[in-house]
Amino acid sequence: MGGATLTVGSSSPEVSLENILHHPKGRDLLTCIQCGLCAGTCPYGEVMAYPPRRIIAMLRAGMMERVLASESLLACVACYSCMAKCPRNIQLTEVLLPLVKEQVFLNLSQLPAELHKALDNTLRYGNPMAESPRKRAAWIKTVDVPVRILAEDPRPVDVLWFVECQNSYHPRGQDISRATAKLFHVLGIDFAILGNEEKCAGECARLLGVTGLFETLMDYNMAIFSKYHFKRIVTSGAHAYDAFTHQYAAAGFTYAAEHTTPFFAAYLEQLKPHLTHKLPYAVTYHDSCCLGRHNGFYEQPRSLLRAIPGVKLLEMPHNRINAICCGGGGGGMWLDTYYKAKGYERLSERRVKEAVATGADVIAVSCPYEISRFEDALKVLGYEKKMIVRDVVELLSEAMEV
Amino acid sequence: MNIVVVLRMVPDVVEELEIAPDGKSLDLEFGRMVLSESDDHALEQALLIKERMGGTVTAVALEAPEVDEVLFSALAKGADRTLKITGPKEGVTTREAAHIIAQVIASEPGLRGADLVLTGTQAINDLDGLMAPLLSQELSLPFLGIVTGLLPDFATRIASATKEYPRGVRAEFEVALPAVFGIQAAEKPPRYVPVAKVRAVMKSQKIDCVPSAGMEEPGLSLLQVLEITKPEPSAHSEILEGSVQQAACALCGILAERGLL
Repeated sequence: MGGATLTVGSSSPEVSLENILHHPKGRDLLTCIQCGLCAGTCPYGEVMAYPPRRIIAMLRAGMMERVLASESLLACVACYSCMAKCPRNIQLTEVLLPLVKEQVFLNLSQLPAELHKALDNTLRYGNPMAESPRKRAAWIKTVDVPVRILAEDPRPVDVLWFVECQNSYHPRGQDISRATAKLFHVLGIDFAILGNEEKCAGECARLLGVTGLFETLMDYNMAIFSKYHFKRIVTSGAHAYDAFTHQYAAAGFTYAAEHTTPFFAAYLEQLKPHLTHKLPYAVTYHDSCCLGRHNGFYEQPRSLLRAIPGVKLLEMPHNRINAICCGGGGGGMWLDTYYKAKGYERLSERRVKEAVATGADVIAVSCPYEISRFEDALKVLGYEKKMIVRDVVELLSEAMEV
Repeated sequence: MNIVVVLRMVPDVVEELEIAPDGKSLDLEFGRMVLSESDDHALEQALLIKERMGGTVTAVALEAPEVDEVLFSALAKGADRTLKITGPKEGVTTREAAHIIAQVIASEPGLRGADLVLTGTQAINDLDGLMAPLLSQELSLPFLGIVTGLLPDFATRIASATKEYPRGVRAEFEVALPAVFGIQAAEKPPRYVPVAKVRAVMKSQKIDCVPSAGMEEPGLSLLQVLEITKPEPSAHSEILEGSVQQAACALCGILAERGLL
């Protein structure tokens, strides 16, 4: 067994696979009753040789070598489903699974190519797409409201908006950024971005068990944050929000962090007078794993959608805590080819099938990964004329247009 | 079996390349350098051979921005030693670089008498693929380029090598060792090395250095860079509108008009 370690908090010692059964963060593994709810609720549970229940059993039996030699955990998309359902409240996604994954990756003879590139790119360029770090803020030239970059104008600001990679570079993510900037502007919020100084928050790297990369990014972003004066951080990235809220404390993160969707929901009354344009859409909302299951933001996006004139909200059978992951978390974003080669169903396709079956014509999302994943899935399944994908913020912006 | 891998740093084209005020070189103020992709494959091939058959792998590189990270990564991946040749002049050409590197390989203890010298077939600043053949010339060793498979035999001191030709043709060669190989692609994609492992290597291992002073030979390169310019934008593409039939008719019309049908 290797010496993987994971820092779980500034006051805790490091937890590793060797000490996990005796560590405060891992000792609850001893209370596992082997009920199998984790495996049953896991979206890829049926293809995993070692779902969480078995991993715990093997760990307690001192037989982890077999787990670590298996590729089983590459199918973990860090969706928090096992953790959310565990009757013993065992910190599976938070603690155990990244430690196991780190060792699984070290044992792999070959890392799946797309994931390998994404990790290298994130370290080198601060984004997984190998886009130029010098162009991270290029999108602001395409928005018709002013967006302040702190490096150019370092005056104190109320909201530091952490845009994140997808919404900085991906064309559809940039649509969300334009809509977000417009909403900040309409609400009269004093906001600014880090621009080209921003780098990926690194949440996926941590949940993959690539802790060195995560810590490098966390240390970098923390150093940048310390250069400026702001009251709160609002991020468009559901995964970034998760990292700031749950992991960055280890590096001394004490800022108030919010995600754009719940942030705007808190301004609902101020937004309502601006939502004048009727949108005749039947909308179904997809709960992102990070915002929903891990942080409990179920009602905020729905309250925003209900406030849009003309919108009819429909629910998928799997909603809120039971939502099916889009498949992009925990590195899944760069494992589609690997899953395809293994014959696994793409979770984004499973999800949009359910969305289309509701009769909705819009699937609304709050996580930047979901836009491209669901748009791809709709095209693959031939549903692109039946349904479109929109971020909640995009729909709010559209409802403001006359 | 001692294997030497020659690694080259090339401009990273993720950043837009800028031309320096002299009009003859790249402005690297904002640009970055990255390991040449086919050299990364050469390193991987060396590590695969070492894992199968034993031996040592030494990575050699000329000093350049970000080369230390690349050499520490090589150690983290499994190289036994790294050697940085310090102080080469700015804008060193492939011809001059090969001369310096060959002298280091020929003179440095542990590298002298290497059984295999591997480097990438090409680099983006060596599209002629001259590095490997020049090394072979300087070292008076046999050379084979565009290699996609390499299996040396300790006992016979012969390596079986697969070389690629156009139109999907491959040839198997037997090459007497020692020899220089230009690697087109390793048998497997270059391995991933976690940053934590690289960091650990940075603390526990070091990069050996050897100065290039005295190894440079003026006047080796017969060609000089006269001018660097950005490519001229070509005419924009034309989107054919209408139904499939209309678009097909329009396309046939264009091809006929240009004498292609």
